[in-house]
Amino acid sequence: MRVVQPANASISVRNVSKSFGSLDVLMDVDLEFSPSQTTAIIGPNGAGKTTLIKAILGLVRPGKGSIHVLGESVLEGHSYRRHIGYMPQNPTFPDGLSGREVIRLIQTFRDVENTRELDLIRLFQLDGMLDKQVRTLSGGTRQRLSALLAFMFDPPILILDEPTAGLDPLASASLKDYLHRRTETGATVILTSHVMADLEELCDRVIFLMDGRVRFDGPLELLRDQTGEPTLERAIAQLLRRDVA
Amino acid sequence: MNTVRAVVRYQLSGALKSRWLMQHTLIYLIIAEGLVLAAGTGDRALASLINVVLLLVPLGALVFGTMHLYSIRDFILLLLTQPIRRNSLFSGIYLGLAIPQSLGLAAGLALPFAIHGKLSGGVAGELALLIGLAVVLTFVFTALALLIATHIKDRVRCIGVALGVWVAMAIAYDGIVLLAVETLSRFPLERPLLGIMLLNPVDLVRVILLLSLEAQALMGYTGAVFSRFFGSPLGYGLVTIALLAWVVVPFHLTRRAFERRDF
Repeated sequence: MRVVQPANASISVRNVSKSFGSLDVLMDVDLEFSPSQTTAIIGPNGAGKTTLIKAILGLVRPGKGSIHVLGESVLEGHSYRRHIGYMPQNPTFPDGLSGREVIRLIQTFRDVENTRELDLIRLFQLDGMLDKQVRTLSGGTRQRLSALLAFMFDPPILILDEPTAGLDPLASASLKDYLHRRTETGATVILTSHVMADLEELCDRVIFLMDGRVRFDGPLELLRDQTGEPTLERAIAQLLRRDVA
Repeated sequence: MNTVRAVVRYQLSGALKSRWLMQHTLIYLIIAEGLVLAAGTGDRALASLINVVLLLVPLGALVFGTMHLYSIRDFILLLLTQPIRRNSLFSGIYLGLAIPQSLGLAAGLALPFAIHGKLSGGVAGELALLIGLAVVLTFVFTALALLIATHIKDRVRCIGVALGVWVAMAIAYDGIVLLAVETLSRFPLERPLLGIMLLNPVDLVRVILLLSLEAQALMGYTGAVFSRFFGSPLGYGLVTIALLAWVVVPFHLTRRAFERRDF
């Protein structure tokens, strides 16, 4: 099942395949991501979710196909990444650096005068944390710092890998409110998460990957209708059962 | 260039706050001070320092370089999602690793001689040459460490290969050359030996340093041939080119591998 996307896609993935040795991780993946849309990429472990995200970020080079971000090919340069804010799954920072030093380092890479740093420090309650060495911070605080790094330049595209992992309920709610506001103002949001409640709350589109292929691509409601299941978790389980059968 | 400078600055800032740079400097300081106390501040202390430097510098650069790349692997991933060139990031990581190591060993080796008031006269020149060549070895083996860590994903295998390279270049190579010379002693081997020296930066640095201490007499006829060759303009040129190649080629190969690999 494919959904017809509007012509002004911010990311287009065209017939992308990727293998690691003899292992085919992505096979003829053809997708588009549009502004004002939050898309969940889900699938079992090894389905190709991370490789797809890494290919969009330019960390993995596709063996076949092409990827364009706001019209720029990801294989022909690095400047397209100024449009992307990325939150990795397990944010790790080098020993010896404070949160503020990490923020300054990332700022030197982008030619942006006004950032949302102060607003985000307040939103994620990072006041008083940024002068401590990052390695002494808790996992949740590091995750909030990672959110600040991804959001502070107001990029039109947000790619978030398990963004609520390790966050307390307050920080998690702040992050979700922020994502809602950004989608309303035209941002393209792509995320992966194992927390189905988060996906149900945030996403209007689901891409289900299995063995490197897109098995479902459509609105959440369509997935529920097709599977006859009331929740995303059960609908995904249904898709997995069908695949095994 | 801004990216390279920013990455070097963050690495230097991290190095100054972490314990490894202090420990690295202290090791050279203690060894140099011990040798100065035991053998004085003359050529004997320097000759002993040469052996220590030729063993420790490649080992330190290989082990520290590979471990460092693993420890910042996830952070590299985050940096690569920024609008920067991979080349610039790699150059920054390389320089940010080699510069603090070089500063640490220079301070550790020079301080005891300075404290004992021997930073003038003939010893000062020989010490400067020793430190300069130790810095060259640091850059060579840092590039080799990054080359290994870029190609091998498994941390334990990576350290194993790094140690293997150290054993081969800092210990075994010299032994194999000596064995070959002994076995083939009926043949005139001086000229092939010159070529063999150029193939291993550790041996190349060893020969230059021993000749600078005028210890060629210890090497017999071979020493005389080496002395004549390395003292000639052709010899100087070849040695300079060989050392430059040992810095540039591993750096370039590693940068290319870093540019092409999947993260």
